[in-house]
Amino acid sequence: MDPRLYQRIVDATARAYAEAVVHLPPDVVGALERARDDETDPVARAELENILANIALARSTNLPLCQDTGVPVVYVALPPSVPFEQALWDAIADGVRRATVAVPLRPNAVDSCTRQNSGNNTGAGMPAVHVSPGDTFTVTVLPKGAGAENTSRIEMLLPSEVDRVPEVVVRTVLAAGARPCPPVVLGVGIGGTFDGSAALAKEALLEPIDAMDAYETALCAAVNRLGLGPMGLGGKTTALAVKVKRAACHTASLPVAVNVQCWANRRATVVVEVD
Amino acid sequence: MDLSTPLGDEVLALKAGDRVTLSGIVYTARDEAHLEMMRHGIPFDPVGAAVYHCGPVIGDDRVIAAGPTTSARMNKLSGFLLDAGVRALIGKGGMDAAVTEQLRGRGVYLAFTGGCAALAAARMRLEGVFFPELGMAEAVWAIRLDRLPLVVGIDSAGRNLFAEVQARAEAAAGRSGDRSSNTFSK
Repeated sequence: MDPRLYQRIVDATARAYAEAVVHLPPDVVGALERARDDETDPVARAELENILANIALARSTNLPLCQDTGVPVVYVALPPSVPFEQALWDAIADGVRRATVAVPLRPNAVDSCTRQNSGNNTGAGMPAVHVSPGDTFTVTVLPKGAGAENTSRIEMLLPSEVDRVPEVVVRTVLAAGARPCPPVVLGVGIGGTFDGSAALAKEALLEPIDAMDAYETALCAAVNRLGLGPMGLGGKTTALAVKVKRAACHTASLPVAVNVQCWANRRATVVVEVD
Repeated sequence: MDLSTPLGDEVLALKAGDRVTLSGIVYTARDEAHLEMMRHGIPFDPVGAAVYHCGPVIGDDRVIAAGPTTSARMNKLSGFLLDAGVRALIGKGGMDAAVTEQLRGRGVYLAFTGGCAALAAARMRLEGVFFPELGMAEAVWAIRLDRLPLVVGIDSAGRNLFAEVQARAEAAAGRSGDRSSNTFSK
């Protein structure tokens, strides 16, 4: 790979990571503001006011929204002119290491069994990099915190249980309770394979949350009927949005994955210039 | 109500759901700090103290980010602090029935909004550190608060707001007509 292109990928990754952990996207801030405006419970309203004040302070001080700056999940759109090679992964990992020092990020990546911390947010298979073809070369960073990730679920339903999908979503949020820092955003993957449904659920978190189709709206309403509210202290908004992605699956299976995201639905995309 | 440390019997008048602010020194402690204090003693005066479940990011002797961590991890580790005179536990997500009992007649659990690390840091000044060898996230940091906005999650009369909200949510899920399922039974 051209060393100048390599450097631009490093820069883009570091910039996208920094942007994601400091600035929440406008669709997410808008959803939080609407939740605050709709809320009548004084405790829930105060929680949402704290969240909005925190978002404004992070922006004005250029510091992370949350001390859990997550682990890096990276999505790349690759145009035909850029080679699909190991250097792409290396450049993205370099960008993560640079952001860890520059922002600074909390070093969260550890060996899964020895629990040894690498100190730089990279490790075996980390960052997770997902590449798909595109017209414009972009790097998207979705930093994923552990509080919400730990409450995510996969369920292998029977093919006859399509009508149980909403129950899986609602029960996931119920079991999570206050732990994922609600109001949450839910990415739901329906179909594919065991692993594929989880990948779809995470990709769904990249979708704008200011629009939902009828199915997503119904799922979101069902979750909000639980009344867990912001931080599990009660209130109208337990989920800001539910986004669904679907794939074909085996006639004998129905995988359903629910990826739970905290109110800090962080994501940022940076374009990489190609000569 | 505006509270400040050291806390006294004023905490006994607080009710679950009350909104308060807290000023004065608090001490951060996560899992490792609790274990270290059990082994080697509490390094600060626990009478009237407030313990904050938090692993902050500290840089240049300054609090950079300091939101709350999940308090439930400390459910089995908090009794000795309350026995020693600690009056308030601060964190996110609430604590279990055993802690609710340990707080009875003695102290309160105060909830701070999860993820609000920048808001917290703006109201904090670093005063000192104990057990620095545990590392940044696990050390006990002495931090001076300036009116941190909190909600009484568990009061000293045994009311646990988190448990009440969760029980109502369980009932709502049961009523919704979903087929009952053991899929996610805990």
